[in-house]
Amino acid sequence: MAQKVLIKGNEAIGEAAIMAGCRHFFGYPITPQNEVAEYISKRMPEAGGCFLQAESELAAINMVYGAAGAGARVMTSSSSPGISLMQEGISYIAASELPCLIVNVMRGGPGLGGIQPSQADYFQATKGGGHGDYRLVVLAPSTIQEMIDLIVEGFDIADQYRNPVMILADGMLGQMMEPVVLEPKKRIERQLPAKDWATTGCDGSRPRNVINSLFMIPEQLEQRNLILIDKYKRIEQNEVQYQSIDIEGSDVVLVAYGTMARIARTVAKKAKELGISVGILRPITLWPFPYDAVAAIGDMPNVKAVFSIEMSAGQMVEDIKLGINGKKPVYFYGRTGGMIPSPNEILDYICDVLEVR
Amino acid sequence: MSIIFERPRSLTDKPFHYCPGCTHGLVHRLVAEVIDELDIQANTIGVEPVGCAVSAHDYFDIDMQEAAHGRAPAVATGIKRVWPDKVVFTYQGDGDLASIGMAEIVHAAARGERITTIFINNAIFGMTGGQMAPTSLLGQVTTTSPHGRDAGSAGYPIRVSELLATLQGAAYVARVSVHDVKNIARAKRSIKKAFTTQIEDKGFSIVEVLSTCPINWGMTPADSLKWLQDNMIPYYPLGELKVDGEGVINR
Ligand SMILES: Cc1ncc(C[n+]2csc(CCOP(=O)(O)OP(=O)(O)O)c2C)c(N)n1
Ligand code: SF4
Ligand SMILES: [Mg+2]
Repeated sequence: MAQKVLIKGNEAIGEAAIMAGCRHFFGYPITPQNEVAEYISKRMPEAGGCFLQAESELAAINMVYGAAGAGARVMTSSSSPGISLMQEGISYIAASELPCLIVNVMRGGPGLGGIQPSQADYFQATKGGGHGDYRLVVLAPSTIQEMIDLIVEGFDIADQYRNPVMILADGMLGQMMEPVVLEPKKRIERQLPAKDWATTGCDGSRPRNVINSLFMIPEQLEQRNLILIDKYKRIEQNEVQYQSIDIEGSDVVLVAYGTMARIARTVAKKAKELGISVGILRPITLWPFPYDAVAAIGDMPNVKAVFSIEMSAGQMVEDIKLGINGKKPVYFYGRTGGMIPSPNEILDYICDVLEVR
Repeated sequence: MSIIFERPRSLTDKPFHYCPGCTHGLVHRLVAEVIDELDIQANTIGVEPVGCAVSAHDYFDIDMQEAAHGRAPAVATGIKRVWPDKVVFTYQGDGDLASIGMAEIVHAAARGERITTIFINNAIFGMTGGQMAPTSLLGQVTTTSPHGRDAGSAGYPIRVSELLATLQGAAYVARVSVHDVKNIARAKRSIKKAFTTQIEDKGFSIVEVLSTCPINWGMTPADSLKWLQDNMIPYYPLGELKVDGEGVINR
């Protein structure tokens, strides 16, 4: 067993990227993820890679586009307002089928918002964000160890499907410290296709490579989009990840991801003392969303209600309702603007709904 | 029988889609000739803009990436940082480079990014139908300055080359024109020098090419060349603003 080290979430992001073989990083400072770039600016040159502080998030994501198109393992990291600024570029990257990793350490919004943890970019991450019919694979770690694992796996998923992957973390995960093993726990063996499409300069030994997303003829653009949609279907079939904890036989199920999934465990413990058995469904992939796992809860006779608990005004709850499809009542409890719901207030809400006490 | 004129190797045989008399095609040819003469076709990667040259990959017979509007210097930076030994260039219009993409070009130049930019200044947004560009001249009638560009409201045309030449990272900055044969030959020499500056790892290089847009200027091709000469050159003086400039940072 490898030695454990105490590390801050944001620094673990940087170390995991280097571990995954990422050698190009482009980013622009924004709290609460500054330590990502600071750490990488020191580590990347040691690893023989390139760190560049871009003039803006706009430039950063377009540098990522260039480097990804050139065939590199590349990433950027930012927080909510910066990710908003990147959306045009993310749409281009998805349209051109370029693999890359984008980290969003979410903070409270809208607008300039605040710098405290939030999950209010769920819609932006999972429903598009930029323009057009495209999808990001969205991975939501709830511990720093899992963040390391998902970053390594995220790069592989990106390469396998030629698709941008987003790590959706929050200011809490970025700023906290935890003991971790600095190596990926499990690495699913994936067949990673050769990047024979990359712009490397063409000496005539292969057809020349052009990376673009302009199709002026609607029939052609539709064909192109159908290829993307077909890929998204494959991702939905193959890549759903979630964790379920004590759902069988439980009275209620909490659905929560990231930092909120940690809080959900405390809620479950406290609820047990009150005689309420609480199961937890923790989506790890937010897109593709584990609709089937949610739907299965709808068929469990003992479950009286499903709760989405979020650091937002209610975003993931819409996907839960889609999955439950009217078979159970779905409730939402959340705080917004950088406020973190406490286990007690969540428990109070559950008790109110169940009319216990 | 000997061949005295032929298509450069670095151009495909696809006919240009540009309007009659447009100088985009001519500048493509100059760039392709330079790539051929420097024998760098196999290691050159181009970045095309959003603008009339958005499909330049149909014409340049090299690997290319299409950038979002204005972001070509950032995209080229990404490519160059992956392939420092390849030749990377951007081809951008004045709306692309001097309006929406001003930040990216300034910072690429300031970093002394080893890329070359071919900057087509036709004083107008060609592709979208002739709107005012940051480079449109005072008094110039466009579809969004129907009474002529008015400094009081729209400010003054930007002299991009002068602006970039102030930056230490910019090693080669030149403004050329393609309104007659003599100037076309000069333009080609400057483009070659810009590519050579990159190959010699001296820093950022840019050639601003004064160009025409007969369609949106509402003139014949011949009148356009004359309008360029009479109106653009006095405001945008030709010449090399910086040669082998500072900005050589060991990377
Ligand atoms: C983000 C964004 N904004 C606006 C446009 C629309 N647009 C396309 S080309 C163009 C202007 C092009 O003008 P210029 O760069 O001067 O190129 P030219 O066609 O004159 O060569 C604009 C505004 C776009 N494609 N993307
Ligand atoms: S619109 Fe203007 S710049 Fe565009 S192809 Fe026609 S003449 Fe050239
Ligand atoms: Mg123009």
